[in-house]
Amino acid sequence: MLAHGGFDFARTFDTFAPLLADAGWRVVSWDHRGHGDSDHAHLYSWDADLRDAAAVFEHTAGRRAVPAIGHSKGGALIIQLADAQPYRFASVVNIDGIPSKRPIPDVAEHDRTKMLVGELNGWLDHRQRTAGSQRKPGSIDELAKRRGRMNPRLSTEWLRYLVTVGAAETEAGWRWKLDPSMRFGGFGPWRPEWALMRLAGFGVPFYGMLVEIGEEMGWGTVPDDVRPFVPEGGRLEILEGVGHFAHIEQPVEMAERVLDFLGDPS
Amino acid sequence: MSIDYLTHNRISLALHTLRDGDGHALLLLHGLGEQSATTAPSFTTDWAGPVMALDFTGHGASTMPVGGGYTAEILLADADAALTHLGEATIVGRGLGAYVGLLLAGARAEQVHGIVLADGPGLSGGPSVPTSQPVFALESVDTTPDPYALVELGRDLRPPDYAATFTRMAVQRSSLDEPVTVVARFRPQWLRAVTEEPGVAEASSIADALATY
Repeated sequence: MLAHGGFDFARTFDTFAPLLADAGWRVVSWDHRGHGDSDHAHLYSWDADLRDAAAVFEHTAGRRAVPAIGHSKGGALIIQLADAQPYRFASVVNIDGIPSKRPIPDVAEHDRTKMLVGELNGWLDHRQRTAGSQRKPGSIDELAKRRGRMNPRLSTEWLRYLVTVGAAETEAGWRWKLDPSMRFGGFGPWRPEWALMRLAGFGVPFYGMLVEIGEEMGWGTVPDDVRPFVPEGGRLEILEGVGHFAHIEQPVEMAERVLDFLGDPS
Repeated sequence: MSIDYLTHNRISLALHTLRDGDGHALLLLHGLGEQSATTAPSFTTDWAGPVMALDFTGHGASTMPVGGGYTAEILLADADAALTHLGEATIVGRGLGAYVGLLLAGARAEQVHGIVLADGPGLSGGPSVPTSQPVFALESVDTTPDPYALVELGRDLRPPDYAATFTRMAVQRSSLDEPVTVVARFRPQWLRAVTEEPGVAEASSIADALATY
């Protein structure tokens, strides 16, 4: 089972997944609600994503334990589902999806409050505008260029391909399928470091990878924050010279790592 | 009594006018699993302005979403849609509505002319730190309240420092000296943290609290 990251979709595994399939694995992924070809939902939440993930596991494998690979948000989702429903997992691979503490800006309390108010009002104003809103249309090149601002390390050729599978062509041009009500940022009581307490208790083989090069869509995880919580017998590796989308930048090398960890599918 | 329907993304929200009046509005936010009252409650007798009540998403006459996904923050955006419609308001929140109202008082301090936090269903919320997580789907039903709302909002995390941060935002930016008044007799952790903040008053009844706003 492959779980994609936030603002991504299953087809972002289009170069990585076939390499696992070539080794004999049946590879299944799904678009999270509001992403890719899945429906735009009334509401979105972490709990809803977890429930959707459990439904996909149930549909695909029943109550049989299977290996799971999660990237970014998908990695954090898998950590939480493996804690809640461990019987579904034979092993877990996490690609740059282990959150740790957010860096706290070095500002005074009053200024921090002002920053938070600004974020809050920005989010609430966005919520008031979302009814009926659509993603901005454009050509394949324009959408690839926009996406490139979030994926500066990925090739133009890949980004153009991504548009053809992650966007839909309309009369006005191509539009990303992602629900326009979704937005980077947001806020809530959740603390990234809470994922670590679940990780520590894993009872299945675990292979975590963090990347050396930070990117806008990455989480800036500090390896030293994670190391104390790597489960018994688990592995944590820092991938040098690679960014948040390691499986897209280096699909062959990443597939070799993962296949070596998973072993023979039979 | 009349109902205005407001749009919040794909949700239609029912905003009830329970009584007309002159002056700024009193906005009532119900508890978890409740809905707007059909008549203005007795504690509003001395309130000069209009008395309004919002049905949150999945409650009362508002849209029943498909597949859950509730958070207190989404309900905050529901309440913000009502506040934007009214311009400014004093808020009385019961239970879950008290918590959501506090978030709104922090986010839109200039428009919220005082908030009263009262007892009611959903006041506690979930734990203040993560616990073992049940993951299960629910049968859909035809009428509100949405079972997903009851489950998800009944266990949403409410760290005390999160609630305290919104209280500070309300107090620092409000024109009132004490923009938050607690009348709830039951004080879960998050509400105890609120009560300890400067600028938070306590009153023995909702009517007494409203008299100061």
